[in-house]
Amino acid sequence: MDIAGINLVTLIASLMVAAVPILLAAIGELVVEKSGVLNLGVEGMMIMGAIGGFMVAVATGSPLMGFIGGAIGGAVLSLFFAVLTLGFLANQVATGLALTMFGLGLSSLMGQGYNGVKPPPTGALFGPLGDIPVIGPILLGHDWMVYFSILIVAVVWWVLRYTRTGLIIRAVGESHDAAHALGYNVARIRLLCIMFGGAMAGLGGAYVSLVRVPQWVDGITAGAGWIALAIVVFASWKPWRVLLGAYLFGGITVLQLRLQAAGSSIPVEYLSMAPYLITILVLVIMSSGRSKAALNAPAALGQNFHASR
Amino acid sequence: MLRLEKRPIPSRFWLYATPVVAVILTMIFGGLLFAAMGVNPFAVIKTIFWDPLFGEFAFYLRGQLLVKAGPLILIAIGLSLGFRAGIWNIGAEGQYIMGAIFGAAVGLAFYPTENRLIFPLMVIAGAFGGWVWAMIPAILKTRFNTNEILVSLMLVYVAQTILAKASTGFLKNPEGMGFPGSRNFSSFPAAANPELIAGSGLHWGGVTAVLVALAAWVLLSRHIIGFQIRLTGQAPRAARFAGVAPKRLVVLCMGLSGALAGLAGLFEVTGPAGQISIDFNVGYGFTAIIVAFLGRLNPIGIVLAGILMALTYVGGEMASTNLGLPSAAIQVFQGMLLFFLLAVDVFTNYRVRFGRVEVA
Repeated sequence: MDIAGINLVTLIASLMVAAVPILLAAIGELVVEKSGVLNLGVEGMMIMGAIGGFMVAVATGSPLMGFIGGAIGGAVLSLFFAVLTLGFLANQVATGLALTMFGLGLSSLMGQGYNGVKPPPTGALFGPLGDIPVIGPILLGHDWMVYFSILIVAVVWWVLRYTRTGLIIRAVGESHDAAHALGYNVARIRLLCIMFGGAMAGLGGAYVSLVRVPQWVDGITAGAGWIALAIVVFASWKPWRVLLGAYLFGGITVLQLRLQAAGSSIPVEYLSMAPYLITILVLVIMSSGRSKAALNAPAALGQNFHASR
Repeated sequence: MLRLEKRPIPSRFWLYATPVVAVILTMIFGGLLFAAMGVNPFAVIKTIFWDPLFGEFAFYLRGQLLVKAGPLILIAIGLSLGFRAGIWNIGAEGQYIMGAIFGAAVGLAFYPTENRLIFPLMVIAGAFGGWVWAMIPAILKTRFNTNEILVSLMLVYVAQTILAKASTGFLKNPEGMGFPGSRNFSSFPAAANPELIAGSGLHWGGVTAVLVALAAWVLLSRHIIGFQIRLTGQAPRAARFAGVAPKRLVVLCMGLSGALAGLAGLFEVTGPAGQISIDFNVGYGFTAIIVAFLGRLNPIGIVLAGILMALTYVGGEMASTNLGLPSAAIQVFQGMLLFFLLAVDVFTNYRVRFGRVEVA
């Protein structure tokens, strides 16, 4: 099953790995946006997770502790966003940008001295079962984070669709005034959603620095946070479509890397801009046309809530 | 209990006090950060905010301030027009790069011709390059309702790969012994952007920045388009009833900000940077977002904010060579400034009340 010198099985197996960071960040951001908050600081939270996770993993020697550290790193940074937009009613777009700039700076400050350090390896979950031909590499050969990221999508889908918690989150995102009138604490619900989004972005970032790369480099997330934001639009705020979108982009990323390695006739520079160009293309397709993905956007997205009474 | 009460009209006092308070808070918390890193915070703050203006090497550093402030002001003025109308062009970094590439390509095409018209032509090409790059998100937004924030940002990454290709490929110096980077404009007088007064740091970019600031002030306070921009930002529905065409405004604001960012890129690459190289851009396009907010989206305010932000660059470099402060610390410092600015801004539109909320 080789196409243009690229093995299809390894391609699928590696796109599942490549998709994990954007998948986690996007599913977190989906919950945040469902609660009516637009946090553009995903890139900043991801990179804080990347350095936080890396530092903890190197210090403890345990990848699991590293991922927990990454989630905490992202969540802590998202607290800044929550305080500013919920407490000080600051503009969400501007605050998100500030979060990204601050996160990029702080991570590079914290990461000094970690260049060239190797993090502890994260092994495959099912060990030798991954050696079974075809289904092994695709279904059984991954580390636990790959399965965990799919599980999270399922949980988010279930919670948003079938539970009371999900209904409240959606109510707050559709009409914060109505939710407030019903007696729900809009600020508290949004705070929890923002922190969940931060933790997921941090987890995604930690996956970049602990598994994908695996080392620490300044600006390691390289726009993955922004692609995650685009995937939420692509998915028209539906959890399973986030999975589809993330795998699609994971596929493009892996494919262009493979083509580069295979010595394709297309210049390297043009291949490496492909994920960004395709993101734009997908955004255009999703936001135009009759399907009107935009109509599915939470009605109160990006608006701050201030209880006048 | 603390609670916020909306002011009937924004406070004029806090409108002007916000940047000052934010800068002071940033100095305090930034100082704590520097202290935590084991550097004397007072020495750092003095090196950043005092020495470039009045210190021992101020005669040189004051010029450097103009060099850094010029592009920041140019870009921030353009961004502020859109931000006022709720149009978020955050890809100025990409437009800055494309302006530099377009302008430099036009200039290098004439090498080694010496003609007075080459530089003006390059300026036009630079503005055009930035404009084209900003038109992509603008047209996608007006035609397909695509989010301009994400598209303009994605195009920064695309512009960076094109820059890499330019400096190693199509604009590479044929006599550069194989090193990446274009010909140096300092050895091509017709296309160079030298200091206008030796030692002052003032080049055409600085002059343009001041002229653009004045023009933007006139536009915003005296022209119907400026009124439409302000109206759209404050009351989009009212603006539509008043006959403002939102799509035209998107194209106009994005186009202006792109062209100004492109100009800034051209002036930088032909002047202080000297050549197209893979990393000639140093993130002015992103820092300009902070400058625009720090200047309260007001042209005159942006000029002051640009100079202040230039201080953190110039002083930051000093602090990093003299006191061993990592350059990333300055980035954190700048990010912090935007945080405090956004936080303190709440007092412009709200007042803090003490006491319990009474149930009506």
